[in-house]
Amino acid sequence: MSERSSLDEFGGGPSLLGPPHAPRGQEEGTRAALIAAASTVIFIAVALWAILSSPHWPAVQNQFFNWDHFVIVFPKVLGGLWLDIKMFLFAEVVILALALAIAMIRSLRGPAFFPLRALAVIFIDLIRGIPVILLILLLGFGVPALQLPGVPNGALFWGLTAIIISYSAYTAEVYRAGIESVHESQRMSARSLGLTQGQTLRYVLVPQAIRNVIPALLNGFVSLQKDVALVLILGIREAVREADIYAASTFNYTGYVAAALLFIAVSVPVARFTDWYTERDRQKKQSVSA
Amino acid sequence: MTTPKLELRGVWKAFDDKEVLRDVDLDVNLHEVVCLIGSSGSGKSTMLKCVNLLVPIDDGMILLDDADITAPGVNPNRVREEMGIVFQAFNLFPHMNVLDNITLSPRKVHGVGRSEAEDKAKDLLDRFGLSDKSVEYPDRLSGGEQQRVAVIRALATEPDLMLFDEVTSALDPELVAEVLDVIRGLKDVGMTMVIATHEMGFARDVADQVCFLDQGRIHEHGPPKQIFSTPQEARTQQFLQRIIDAGRL
Repeated sequence: MSERSSLDEFGGGPSLLGPPHAPRGQEEGTRAALIAAASTVIFIAVALWAILSSPHWPAVQNQFFNWDHFVIVFPKVLGGLWLDIKMFLFAEVVILALALAIAMIRSLRGPAFFPLRALAVIFIDLIRGIPVILLILLLGFGVPALQLPGVPNGALFWGLTAIIISYSAYTAEVYRAGIESVHESQRMSARSLGLTQGQTLRYVLVPQAIRNVIPALLNGFVSLQKDVALVLILGIREAVREADIYAASTFNYTGYVAAALLFIAVSVPVARFTDWYTERDRQKKQSVSA
Repeated sequence: MTTPKLELRGVWKAFDDKEVLRDVDLDVNLHEVVCLIGSSGSGKSTMLKCVNLLVPIDDGMILLDDADITAPGVNPNRVREEMGIVFQAFNLFPHMNVLDNITLSPRKVHGVGRSEAEDKAKDLLDRFGLSDKSVEYPDRLSGGEQQRVAVIRALATEPDLMLFDEVTSALDPELVAEVLDVIRGLKDVGMTMVIATHEMGFARDVADQVCFLDQGRIHEHGPPKQIFSTPQEARTQQFLQRIIDAGRL
């Protein structure tokens, strides 16, 4: 009641609230949307005011948001981004396959498979313990220096290999969580039909596991899209490196902002797709249980 | 005398400190139907899982066609090809349709070609009145239908011993009969079966031999008439009295 009387005071009168028995949910929904819109506008206004009123803003604007520089640097960064895209697409395919193999090895049971399991655990523990940037430096500078015959010596090859190895260790754990989330009775009934452990994993557990972890895998993919840029420390001219080079010669950082915008533009569709997929999956599960 | 199809000799099993099977002996002859009765936790389920080698036994031995299947070095996959098991919770593979559920083991384990395996699966589906469900996914089926598919899946590998682990316990009451009818049909064609069940009326009808289990021991076994009409052991009498009081017999 107090809500209604307070609105009355603004002169709206009861007609604003519609008929007395209008569905309350809709009324509240409209109100919530208005509050959300108003608070967003206020928040952005305050944030902009705080930034723009700073005495150093003109200098920052010139360094980071300079349109003249933007026009020059954007094509260079965009050219570099193409390499990033090729890198993360290739890496993702290899990571998904390699990580699945590691996770399956780690999920084998029985004493006979102990050595394999142990290797998988050691690999995952070691790799997850090393910062990815360190792994890139070690492989990217270290292996080519060995000059091994028959082994590629390119910085790009080893930089990307480092990223693939690092991500495979994490992704293997995502898969493993998925495999373990499949109920034990599925394993039991598969084994009772005479399927071997490998067949049980391949035909029964992994297909169900992958469905469960697709959102987590997509999340990892978004992360990878940006982490491939780390190979720039090996001097590889991808998007951020191009911005870097431009900044070094002009002392203007607009290229970094351009690179950021481009990476965002690439990752937002995947993030939206992930949400869409998760929501669709949730609704499917609900319709089944109903 | 012919050797039994299945023999349990002095089988012991404990989970951590809890003994679930204590010195269990059982003979199941060819074409014989044995029902295991007893309250939940009496060891019925574990006994079936031990026979299927899903649970390793601690002591004793289990013989199938006079061969020790619990000896070291026995390949459990070969043993499991000889027998089928159906569980309380159906355990169909949710990501496969009915036909793929049924043909997975024949195709991957027994090396049967897809078209041959599917033809056989369709024959079985026909026989059990499920021919219109072959491309459905399990979540589109009723509990009774799912359990019948689970039975067919176990039969598809042509076992000559079937194990049933409280297969009607998870079903709505009106769906119990359709699954029990399937088992009766198997008795008519001479399938050797071991059935853990809470359906006493069914056990009385279908069993050649009834075993009453309590706390991991077979306290009494014999023909259903003897167990249900003139039980000798006090525990059996108590158990049956509770069932009768509950209106279940």
